[in-house]
Amino acid sequence: MAQVPANLKYVASHEWIRDEGNGVVTVGITDFAQEALGDIVFIELPEVGSEVNKDDSIAVVESVKAASDIYAPISGEIIEINEELVDAPERANEEPYDGAWFFKVKLSEASEMEALLSAEDYAAACE
Amino acid sequence: MGQRTALYDAHIASDAKIVDFGGWDMPIHYGSQLKEHNLVRTDAGMFDVSHMTVVDVTGSDACAYLQYLLANDVAKLAAEGKALYSGMLNEQGGVIDDLIVYRADALGGYRVVVNCATREKDLAWMNKQTANFEVSLSEQPDLAMIAVQGPNAIAKAQQAVAANASAVIASLSIFQGLPCEDWFIGRTGYTGEDGLEIMIPASEVAAVWHKLLAAGVKPAGLGARDTLRLEAGMNLYGNDMDETISPWQANMGWTLALKDQRDFIGKAALLEEQARGIEYKMVGLVLETRGVMRSHQKIIFTASDKQGEITSGTFSPTLQQSIAMARVPANAGNECAVDMRGRAVPVRMVTMPFVRNGQKVYK
Repeated sequence: MAQVPANLKYVASHEWIRDEGNGVVTVGITDFAQEALGDIVFIELPEVGSEVNKDDSIAVVESVKAASDIYAPISGEIIEINEELVDAPERANEEPYDGAWFFKVKLSEASEMEALLSAEDYAAACE
Repeated sequence: MGQRTALYDAHIASDAKIVDFGGWDMPIHYGSQLKEHNLVRTDAGMFDVSHMTVVDVTGSDACAYLQYLLANDVAKLAAEGKALYSGMLNEQGGVIDDLIVYRADALGGYRVVVNCATREKDLAWMNKQTANFEVSLSEQPDLAMIAVQGPNAIAKAQQAVAANASAVIASLSIFQGLPCEDWFIGRTGYTGEDGLEIMIPASEVAAVWHKLLAAGVKPAGLGARDTLRLEAGMNLYGNDMDETISPWQANMGWTLALKDQRDFIGKAALLEEQARGIEYKMVGLVLETRGVMRSHQKIIFTASDKQGEITSGTFSPTLQQSIAMARVPANAGNECAVDMRGRAVPVRMVTMPFVRNGQKVYK
């Protein structure tokens, strides 16, 4: 059974969002997503400094099986990316919620946070 | 729920992720396809291939029948135990299936192994062609099959089987197969490594699987089987060729025995295509930048307006870059790019295989 930590927020396209306070969130892909993708071999991340809109395709995950787009779960500016993940993409399989975060976003529309799914709702959506 | 092999419970016990494969519930991986792939390249892994279809061909015309049925010539099988890879073609020269045939004198003729997804049409076609021959076909649905593959596969398999089976294994040269009581052991495979394909009565197979586990052979799923065969430059029926594609266009020209008077189904069409000029060929592609090539992506040429298409593409765990097989125009040159999600990415055309016995071999 895929893990869905209760302290995170989620979107139906299988990204998780952690509120870091001061208007910044960290984004990654869920345990359910990594398991469905299988072994991940390449990850492309957005440019630091780029402005993204909610639901834009801004990153790509390539597994042995398929290529998948990663969507911005929220609008804002990319302020940091996890460069280590680019060199060690298998970490997204091994620790999707810890070491394998993808990028950090400085929110431009704080109200978008309210539309994110709770752990409970996301878990229900995965069933 | 699909059909299950006699090893289904063993897969579940090894935490397999099960998927539907041509109507069968089969393990795609047991945790990590990449680890399973690497294990086969460096040590030994085993695959449940019990879903494959085994057909024995016996009778006084068995040889003549197979000479007519297949594009390769079973007369090349000069001694008991020899094996042959061949296409089975339709009248238009398209590939109905690819298969392995073993000369099995002790079974009264030949043992043929065809694909699982093509079972029904293959059996119907093979039966239809028996009309003018003194031959009988008997499918062997009670045989399960384990493929043990990798540089240590043979040594580890010998530890796991009885002395008589171990002696048969020791006697086999590469690409030979022999019966051992009600088993049949082939030194064949679909990975580009040394190894065995062992056909075993379904009632005994789980015990053998557990002995192989105890001998240090780890299970590997259909996911690793696909990346291994692609690195080895081996075709997958339905992806790389089908009934609309001739062996000329599927890198199977080497399997065509055309030099003598023997007639076989599809021969006239093959000769006609050759005389007319073969329009497409199958090549290997290596992506030297990041990304993974996928089947159905288009290949664009500098020197031609005609396009090619990827038939199988993946990430190569051994080479740590993406490789693919593609059907491309025969005379479009080597300079090409793959259309990856709207971007034309330059790609290198190479001669397959990509990997043999654990090593990069393409040029």
